Amino acid sequence: MSNTARAFQNGKAFIPFVTCGDPDLETTARAVRACANAGADLIELGIPFSDPTAEGPVIQSANLRALRGGVTTDKIFQLVRELRRDVTVPLVFMTYANVVFSYGAQRFMAACRETGIDGLILPDLPFEEKGEFAPVCREYGVDLISLIAPTSENRVAMIAREAEGFIYLVSSLGVTGMRSQITTDLASIVKVIRENTRVPCAIGFGISTPEQARSMAALSDGAIVGSALVRLFEQYGADAPKYVGEAVKAMKDALR
Amino acid sequence: MAGRFGIHGGQYIPETLMNAVIELEQAYNHYKDDPEFNRELTYLLNEYAGRPSRLYFAEKMTRDLGGARIYLKREDLNHTGAHKINNVLGQALLARKMGKTRLIAETGAGQHGVATATAAALMGMECVVFMGEEDTRRQALNVYRMRLLGAEVIPVTTGTATLKDAVSEAMREWTRRIADTHYCLGSVMGPHPFPTIVRDFQAVISKEIKSQLAKLEGRLPDAVLACVGGGSNAIGSFYHFIEDKSVRLIGCEAAGRGVDSFETAATIATGRLGIFHGMKSYFCQDEFGQIAPVYSISAGLDYPGIGPEHAWLHDTGRAEYVPVTDEEAVNAFEYLARTEGIIPAIESAHAVAHAMRLAPEMDRDKIIVITISGRGDKDCAAIARYRGEDLHE
Repeated sequence: MSNTARAFQNGKAFIPFVTCGDPDLETTARAVRACANAGADLIELGIPFSDPTAEGPVIQSANLRALRGGVTTDKIFQLVRELRRDVTVPLVFMTYANVVFSYGAQRFMAACRETGIDGLILPDLPFEEKGEFAPVCREYGVDLISLIAPTSENRVAMIAREAEGFIYLVSSLGVTGMRSQITTDLASIVKVIRENTRVPCAIGFGISTPEQARSMAALSDGAIVGSALVRLFEQYGADAPKYVGEAVKAMKDALR
Repeated sequence: MAGRFGIHGGQYIPETLMNAVIELEQAYNHYKDDPEFNRELTYLLNEYAGRPSRLYFAEKMTRDLGGARIYLKREDLNHTGAHKINNVLGQALLARKMGKTRLIAETGAGQHGVATATAAALMGMECVVFMGEEDTRRQALNVYRMRLLGAEVIPVTTGTATLKDAVSEAMREWTRRIADTHYCLGSVMGPHPFPTIVRDFQAVISKEIKSQLAKLEGRLPDAVLACVGGGSNAIGSFYHFIEDKSVRLIGCEAAGRGVDSFETAATIATGRLGIFHGMKSYFCQDEFGQIAPVYSISAGLDYPGIGPEHAWLHDTGRAEYVPVTDEEAVNAFEYLARTEGIIPAIESAHAVAHAMRLAPEMDRDKIIVITISGRGDKDCAAIARYRGEDLHE
């Protein structure tokens, strides 16, 4: 079993997302430790990208804040190296294809393995294009996480059959960001996923409250929360880790 | 592999959009050979948009430059004033056949936005256009035209607030609302099948050039020049000459303040291979793959990438890509106005500028065709400002 799949061994998994370097990497390091101490089962580390086409305004702004602060892919690998001295929770990168492509897939995955990154989420790399990185991911033991969307329909089984680590089920249409209601018939998508794979599945996009996290996790194996936490960085800057830790604890408690 | 031009192209988009582009590809493959669809499209292109556009012998310019005979392919004379209408009428008709009732589009200079708003008005469809806030200022007249045509114009404030951000925002909007909405992409870029669909709808330009020149001169041109941002008028001008190896195909990129400055949009000259906006191609970017904030006086060429088929034509050496600065383009803009009484779009003026360098070096029995992709009325205020004159529209 891969490290990312292991995140689903402690009941329903809670997965927070943090943009690296927002507002600086020292704050990110404290935030990641706060998430781990608050019971996060897996942590998504966002490598900022200048033009994040799958993100709503909250995470777009976080990306820009981080880039303005001078964060780079190299500095983020250095952060992970330091975090791995004491942080044992599975870590996955979430970024865009060009960040990996530009760094060089071999060099990127080698650095993932060396620093202790367990998986990779690329929202602009659909099933048809995963050959771009999948062979290199496999070579270095990095799980390439598959996304399934409400519009996937006849594609769900195909994607699920080849999934590794966990499946990222996108809750609703549109980009990342908080939503008051999620109306997609996720249960029927999860049913098709279950029929085709034993890889666990977590739901993300639009989840902002412990209640939403609980209902989404009840339908699947876990809940992913991004924008609602990133909003705290926007609000509290370098003081955010404390509030992020509290929010993660509340969400994880709701899942128990 | 589907939708590849050599190593370029592909479908690097969120899973949410995959079924939409697959459905679009299937619909396009069905309708492109459908006689009824083609009859309707030809009717609209001819009777509504005014095709075929003229191939005009620029006699004074030819004499003045003292070299190759220069012909102008007058896409500026199309309805709405640019080549963009060729693609938009095709896509809007296709979208209607697919049962879509709403068109969304990105626009830089505003020409594609105006064309999309026009087609939406004609076909009774809803229309939303995303335009960088910076461009809404540079091209205020086109913003008004779009609103007049019934479209909603949404200024995009993210990133550099120019064309690339408008594309990103249109893609985001498409992931929000797919069922009734077609993304009417304006250039030969983005995920497959867009680069192919847009190229096919723009290929009418080279098809006409070929037959018009055969009648006028009884032969092929020696060079075809067009400006390149994403590259739709250029691929349209090149397409039917790709197999005619004697014809030089030259794309003119916007160098802004120069390819050695940081204020440039010349992708082939300064970019490297990457993955962005759904495609693998060349992009202006930093060493970590962050997309560069590009610059050109021309809002329509102010884009950090280039269509995948152009990237491939560059790789194979079949087409050449040359940078042209703001200053050279503005000079050409003024030159064509004075010499031929034709005010070209500042985008097209980039191609005119390179022709002014090239023509004198060629023998008098050679032939150059320059595609004048659009008219320059929209640019007059900006060019006046460039020359230090404050013009109120």
